[in-house]
Amino acid sequence: MDTERRIQDIKDRLSYIRDIFGGKEGDHIRLLTAKLGEVLGREAANPGSVQGEELSRLEDLFDFSERKLDTLLTPMDRVRIVRHPQRMCLKDILENVYDNYTEIGGRGEFNIDPSMLIARAYFARRVGERVINQMIMVIGQEKGHGEAFRNGGSVKPWGNAKALHYMKVAETENIPVHTFVFTPGAYPIEDWPGAAQQIARNLYEMAALKAPVISVFSEGGSGGAEAVGLADRRIMPSHGYYSVISPEGAAAIEGGLRGETRATPELIEKCARQLRITAQDNLRNGYVDRVLQEPPLGARSTHYEFFRELRRELIQATNEAVSEVKSMKLFRAMAVRASMADDAEAIFMRWTLSASALRRLVELRQRKYRAMSRHACLDGTGFFKRIATSARGAVWDAHSFLRYDLLGRQKKRLDSMFEELGAEAHLVRRKLLLPLKRAMDTILPVGNGEQQKKGDEVRDRLTRLSCPEDGACLVGSEWAWISPRSQEDRTMSCPNVRTHHCPDLWVPDLFGDFAGVCPSCGHHFPMEYQWYINNVFNFDPAREFNQRLESMNPLNYEQFDSKLDQAKEKTGLKSACITFETAINGVETVVAVFCAPFRGGSVGAAEGEKFIRAAERAARKRQPFIAYVHGTAGIRIQEGVNGVIQMPRCTIAVRRYIDAGGLYLVLYDTNSYAGPVASFLGCSPYQFAVQSANIGFAGPGVIAETTGMTVSPDYHSAYHALSRGHIHGIWDRREVKKNLHQSLLTMGGRNLYYR
Amino acid sequence: MLNIKELLDTVKASPYREIVIHAPHTGVVEFAGLKKGERVHGRSGEYKEKPGTLLAHLTREKNRKPLHAPEKGEIEAVRDDLEGRFVEAGEPLVTIKHFLTRQEVIELVLQKALYLFRAPERAKYYFVPEVDQKLKVSGKRSVKVHEGMELMIVSRMKRETPLAYSGPGGIIYSVYFGRGDNVDEGEPLIGVCPEDQLTVIQDVVARIQSEWEEE
Repeated sequence: MDTERRIQDIKDRLSYIRDIFGGKEGDHIRLLTAKLGEVLGREAANPGSVQGEELSRLEDLFDFSERKLDTLLTPMDRVRIVRHPQRMCLKDILENVYDNYTEIGGRGEFNIDPSMLIARAYFARRVGERVINQMIMVIGQEKGHGEAFRNGGSVKPWGNAKALHYMKVAETENIPVHTFVFTPGAYPIEDWPGAAQQIARNLYEMAALKAPVISVFSEGGSGGAEAVGLADRRIMPSHGYYSVISPEGAAAIEGGLRGETRATPELIEKCARQLRITAQDNLRNGYVDRVLQEPPLGARSTHYEFFRELRRELIQATNEAVSEVKSMKLFRAMAVRASMADDAEAIFMRWTLSASALRRLVELRQRKYRAMSRHACLDGTGFFKRIATSARGAVWDAHSFLRYDLLGRQKKRLDSMFEELGAEAHLVRRKLLLPLKRAMDTILPVGNGEQQKKGDEVRDRLTRLSCPEDGACLVGSEWAWISPRSQEDRTMSCPNVRTHHCPDLWVPDLFGDFAGVCPSCGHHFPMEYQWYINNVFNFDPAREFNQRLESMNPLNYEQFDSKLDQAKEKTGLKSACITFETAINGVETVVAVFCAPFRGGSVGAAEGEKFIRAAERAARKRQPFIAYVHGTAGIRIQEGVNGVIQMPRCTIAVRRYIDAGGLYLVLYDTNSYAGPVASFLGCSPYQFAVQSANIGFAGPGVIAETTGMTVSPDYHSAYHALSRGHIHGIWDRREVKKNLHQSLLTMGGRNLYYR
Repeated sequence: MLNIKELLDTVKASPYREIVIHAPHTGVVEFAGLKKGERVHGRSGEYKEKPGTLLAHLTREKNRKPLHAPEKGEIEAVRDDLEGRFVEAGEPLVTIKHFLTRQEVIELVLQKALYLFRAPERAKYYFVPEVDQKLKVSGKRSVKVHEGMELMIVSRMKRETPLAYSGPGGIIYSVYFGRGDNVDEGEPLIGVCPEDQLTVIQDVVARIQSEWEEE
């Protein structure tokens, strides 16, 4: 019996090696197959002839080969390891790492989303004579060793909503959260709560979640990973990957492939290498805190030694996160710092935190992310200018504090007191004087012919339909900036011509006076971003800042340098983001614009940094903050994790800004997809779209590939986004300025001193 | 009285419809190089998002617009003489021979032979209990209707009102809605045929089903 089990075990190991290496490393695999075949042959011919010793020798050979092969792993092999059904999954971890657990909200496929698993678990810790159970909320994607209903760990929006719910529960109960990332990416459907919008909501809440969060990244696929990955400590098993996009996806984009054609394995391999997705790469870049060594060729369900290590690492990381902010720690904090490698279990620390410690925890988390990825963009600002900027920042801080906090608050209090007094006086006066006035009117009636005449005039003005006597309204164009496309003498057809029978449009009219809007059906043709920054945001008198912050190629991605240079040359911009201060009808605001012509408006480290600085500036100056998204294709894949880390970074900046009392408005135009929508744009409470915009998580091609559904051509249209509840209004392009001003006057934020 | 056999014979005599593609507006024509006898297809895709075969381009005011085949069929004629020339709106450009499909022929026959009683508003429709009972027990061809007969119940927002049949008398040949379905305004509810034509219609439909080759 034992022999059979051991033989089966060896067979599994061989098939695992075959799966990981595919056609490569043929010699090793042939040798192992031959040795195993020999033993199997003998066993078949004469059952019981194979002795334990022989099996031990074979196992040793496998151990040796696995160690040898482990040194030859390429990044793509690691991707295959984490995707393999034999890879450890969250259930294994719950069984082997924690001392006890209860799964919350699901048994197998009877679950709102079986790919998201929530459990309450505890570590039983011995302190002297006593045993103390330390409670933890465990949240993570479950791949279930390839169970079909788990969807490969691809979480649907409602699964992420469930995760968020239980993070809040952990916050209420004051217990730490351990999150486990086992996802190739989020399931890209837009049904409520929406893939992108829910991830954004998760990030927004985690940005200031008042509970220690420790996350373990085994398979970190972009947005899906971020939905539970914003943590105080990030641990990464040595064979895991954390990437902005799957290598296949990157290869499809790189090769310009569409539809049925598949990228070649070589190209996928190359992309996996270039994206720098392995644990060591991420540790080097500072996106994970520690790498946990796995057994050769990755941890599987039976590697109990690894689970012990993971347990130690989790306790250590939680202790670290807690001890940083706890007030009563003395020697233990020192011990925690010292015990990087050995006995974490020996140090016991209560994981419940006081309110002030939780505030410090959040502050530290936010600072930690703020400091990331700075190496991935170029700051061309001169030394003196930088000093001047920081000095100016300090002055603004002091000024805002004086004006709005110290004096402003007193003034507000005084104002409201006077207002109340005035209202009282008004009422008294009215009560006393009105009867007197009535009496006077009856005694001395005043001829009210004049009043009558005035009333007629007003009525006439209000009811008159037009003023033909003024002649035709032939005034010059009302736009300060007109698209150069309007110089062309030709006509264009509206794309809605089949359904709305729009007549052809003369281009000078369309891109001139009509501002790119079809007068017949209201379709908005895409407009240059210059149109908005000049006609809506008064760019000429505006003050642009951080102009010299520049996108670069932090991963030395092949050919990307030249592509970036081309983009810079073509657009005259240094990154896809323009940030400036401007006044909209007299209201001072800070604006960040994402321009589609620069690499599709994709967000990399430079764009993220600019956006964050803009949010900080808005907070300092107590001004509203507007993000105008002319278009964004998502996170810039060529920057790898340097790009994807902008999702939590920028969301934290937004969270800090809103918590400080600011008003954050988002306006989408043309096409906005993926990462940015799933983080710092989607988390805004006030999101609007210009008509004919498309907003979503993944494009129709990706949806068809990952879900097998074909979606209607208008699946991502702004009207659908509005009816799904993802955005909160649709504006006509010609009225954007008016609507923005009105929003500034009517919407949220404590810091709105301009009203 | 309608002679269904005659109708079928005419359909059989020319089992296709000719679709003439006219120039929708003035412009210079460039044909896509299709020849007589070539097959074309109409819009396709789940949402009809993929356009049909390209037939020609029409350029007006430097705006080059494609003309696509509206339905599948065979090219009957292309006005090659107009290639590269300016045409007026309404000028015939391409003729497509569209072979009628089985479903289209059945629809054609039924359209001529049946009276369609349509939904007066968007609502759920039910037959009155007696009719419902009869339909269930002895099948739909067993119910006779006549002008003014109380036939259905209109249920809208939990408010139910009776609906009387109006139209020529006859037998219910087909029912176009399901129980509990919301039927849009103007959609057919039932098809009624004169009593004496029932067998003829049934015969013809069965024959079309089995014999018509064009899918």
